[in-house]
Amino acid sequence: MTVKEAVPVLSVRDLTVEFVTRRATLRALDRVSFDVARGEVLGVVGESGAGKSVTGSAIIGLIDPPGRIAGGEVLLSGARIDDLPQEAMRKVRGKRIGMIFQDPLTSLNPLYRISEQLIETIRVHTDLDAAQARARAIALLDEVGIPAPERRIDSYPHEFSGGMRQRVVIALALCAEPEFIIADEPTTALDVSVQAQIIALIKRLCKERGTSVMLVTHDMGVIAETADRVAVMYAGRIAEIGPVREVVKQPLHPYAKGLMGAIPSLEGEAKRLVQIPGTMPRLSAIPPGCAFNPRCSQAFSRCHVERPELIAVGDRKVACHLYDESNAEIAA
Amino acid sequence: MSEAPFVEVRDLRRVFDVSKPWLNRVLENAPRQYLKAVDGVSFDIARGETFALVGESGSGKSTVARMVVGLLPPSDGTVAIAGVSMNDVDVAQERQRLRRRIQMIFQDPYASLNPRWRVGRIIAEPIRAFQIVEGEAAINNRVGELLTLVGLHPDDRSKFPHEFSGGQRQRIAIARALASNAEFIVCDEPTSALDVSVQAQILNLMRDLQERLGLTYLFISHNLAVVRHMATRIGVMYLGRLVEISDGKQLFSNPRHPYTRMLLDAVPDLAMTGKARDGVKGEIPNPISPPCGCTFHPRCPLVFDRCRIETPPVIDGVACHAVNEGRVAAA
Amino acid sequence: MSSTPLPTPRSQGRLARLWDSDLAFSFRSSPVTVAATLLALLLVLAAVAAPLIAPYDPFDPASLDLSDGFSRPMEPNEITGKVFWLGSDAQGRDIFSAILYGSRVSLLVGAASVLFSLVIGVGLGLVAGYVGGRTEALIMRVADVQLSFPAILVALLVFGVARGLIPPALQEQMTLLVLVVAIGLSNWAQYARTVRGSTLVEKNKVYVDAARLIGLKAWPVMLKHVLPNVAGPVLVIATINLALAVIEEATLSFLGVGMPPTQPSLGTLIRFGQQYLFSGEWWILLFPSLVLVLLALSINLFGDWLRDALNPKLR
Repeated sequence: MTVKEAVPVLSVRDLTVEFVTRRATLRALDRVSFDVARGEVLGVVGESGAGKSVTGSAIIGLIDPPGRIAGGEVLLSGARIDDLPQEAMRKVRGKRIGMIFQDPLTSLNPLYRISEQLIETIRVHTDLDAAQARARAIALLDEVGIPAPERRIDSYPHEFSGGMRQRVVIALALCAEPEFIIADEPTTALDVSVQAQIIALIKRLCKERGTSVMLVTHDMGVIAETADRVAVMYAGRIAEIGPVREVVKQPLHPYAKGLMGAIPSLEGEAKRLVQIPGTMPRLSAIPPGCAFNPRCSQAFSRCHVERPELIAVGDRKVACHLYDESNAEIAA
Repeated sequence: MSEAPFVEVRDLRRVFDVSKPWLNRVLENAPRQYLKAVDGVSFDIARGETFALVGESGSGKSTVARMVVGLLPPSDGTVAIAGVSMNDVDVAQERQRLRRRIQMIFQDPYASLNPRWRVGRIIAEPIRAFQIVEGEAAINNRVGELLTLVGLHPDDRSKFPHEFSGGQRQRIAIARALASNAEFIVCDEPTSALDVSVQAQILNLMRDLQERLGLTYLFISHNLAVVRHMATRIGVMYLGRLVEISDGKQLFSNPRHPYTRMLLDAVPDLAMTGKARDGVKGEIPNPISPPCGCTFHPRCPLVFDRCRIETPPVIDGVACHAVNEGRVAAA
Repeated sequence: MSSTPLPTPRSQGRLARLWDSDLAFSFRSSPVTVAATLLALLLVLAAVAAPLIAPYDPFDPASLDLSDGFSRPMEPNEITGKVFWLGSDAQGRDIFSAILYGSRVSLLVGAASVLFSLVIGVGLGLVAGYVGGRTEALIMRVADVQLSFPAILVALLVFGVARGLIPPALQEQMTLLVLVVAIGLSNWAQYARTVRGSTLVEKNKVYVDAARLIGLKAWPVMLKHVLPNVAGPVLVIATINLALAVIEEATLSFLGVGMPPTQPSLGTLIRFGQQYLFSGEWWILLFPSLVLVLLALSINLFGDWLRDALNPKLR
């Protein structure tokens, strides 16, 4: 289990991202706050449009117009990075924050051998010479499980299979020994058997290197396997955040409960799936109060007017009025 | 079940010519290349049951689906619905009668509805094509009924597909499949483009409809948990071949083929039992030049000499030499 | 059983929604486009309503008076005292009226030839994309060959062949038809290429499979399902091609192989006008040319906007 240190590797405070369109200003992220401790894997789950990928992009400063960070701050090891100028932010990306995306081909340039890409990245971020960098690249490929790395290093990206390519991307993300890695749906494009290998790899690397990871995915199974803590997002807000075991086994937030019940399982009786009525609201039509209230079976009058803040319940935090009165004294 | 199976698939094969263009072949002296997407697949589906085909990419499961509904002519083998085979019917009318009974639900609800057509027209199309009911008023009525059946509002008929969410579009696609009063519905990854909560809605809807209308499903998916939830019987495919056919429950409690075991082991575990996972090795080979013998042998923990030479036939629901020779205890 | 989503309220009328649409907004926020469209509409309307607007009938020989010849614009004629807004030509024909009738002919030829190439091009493109194989190869190779010739050359060729085939007595009446075919044939390949490309994309979408599943034959699938979905880019090309076709017609007429003097188009007027350029009667050339330029330019600007507005990549 992770021990909370004084300064978390990543700290997100009230992060708000807006997209300004002709008709309205859409709020893709609405005061999102969370911490990631050293060596911890934080899973971020949610359905499409919940804002999980936007969170990742906002942290690394890759929100393109018409989107903009409208409020809040992002701290990397205690220092603010969301207000850094473009050039400084570019250095943070890659050097201090590594990135792994869903499609390995977006991170690899198809025209260059992977040796060139790895060595270049290593040399940009460290002061190793060419030979040392190459040795390091081979060591990295070995570490991410590419067989015969001395030989494979001079291949082009298309000469690798999907799973191997994702391993190369992970090696690329590790080049500069970042303190924090954002993995956005890293296994979604892969087959189940390969997915399991990549999950195992990410887990092992974090443990060995003490790197923190924010794992963004829609697949609760991947989160359950990999993450230490999980944040469940809904309509640009965090609904519940806490240790993965508790959230998966005994979710508190009605949305999280519905979500867990909706996932068909490999264990137990194949019973009827829990279904949450309706769909997630579009960004242009988020209801007032709790964003989940139109779909919530336990909604009461307060839910329609007042947005619930995150309330501490044990190790967890949940944004739901149901846990307010009874647990008021625990709230920090 | 003693009666003849409702759907009978026999020795289905499909070869794709993936050769380079003629000029390249001549200049580079390259031979023609063929891809055996489906290589001798046989199974039966009883009336009212859900038969699932599960496999990873390149396993040929979607190709089987397209051949079963008649979108793709098989290179060899037959598909018969209630004893009538597509190959046997020559008269257009007969063919149409057979088509009416089989419909399909596709993976991508964003591509399966014509974006320029209103929902009402989309659902009415099969009704008109098969002349299920006559007259505009009756057709309109039927469209309204179908929309209600799949949990939408009859007034939704006058909207365009882009006004709906993915889950709602999949409902529309289901309504279209039911419009011809089809009895057998082939579902090709019907929920893999959807979010989990929406997936639950669609899976529940499909089960409800099956109960109410006595539908028979061929359910194609890569998601084992979904398959477990839906299927009465399951076929596991690997590189164009069926490696195991088994009763739904049994496949999960007692997987027999090494590939099935590996696949089950690889599924991320929501229950977090902390099971050990070391069985997963390697990746799916290139289907253009699959390994000889048993195509799974390079990844198989139970491989021995015979596996590298001889393709195992499906015996008693499993295509594996090790299992058939009793060298593996059925766990 | 499951949720019943509420039907979305329809508070706005159809027109209001159209006005509020993204397309209309992009139109409204481009003054150049608005101006060009208004100008194009004005010119087209004027051409269509020529018999109602034109002060004279330039093709009625009885109404022509040689003494009206070479009137300067806006000045009373020295002999007859009549005023011609844009002057008159050697035969005393009112230039303004001639332009109105001329643009009518020009637009008619332009629109008809666009329609002609549209039908051929879209038809062949759909077949090529949908059927594939040898049919596709044959159609596309023919299109390639066609595209490698300058359009004007193809038109001249068609025109020459038609001249040889049609008996001289009928030639004058048939000119318009021949022009339409000539210009139409020189432009179809572009449509065929575009439509084939979009068809290849659309036919792989599963709604086409769904239509095949209910037993629809190839033609209904192509016309009812594929065609509406490939129409967008075609519309853009057609608009821009309308401007090109008008110019092409003018070129042919200017070269003397176009509309006869009895039914002058803008090109024919320009051909006549250029004879007088150096003798001081500039208006006979200037005004028809100006109208041709404005017509082509305004249609082109509208087409350009349409292309950008319909292209999701540029948005």
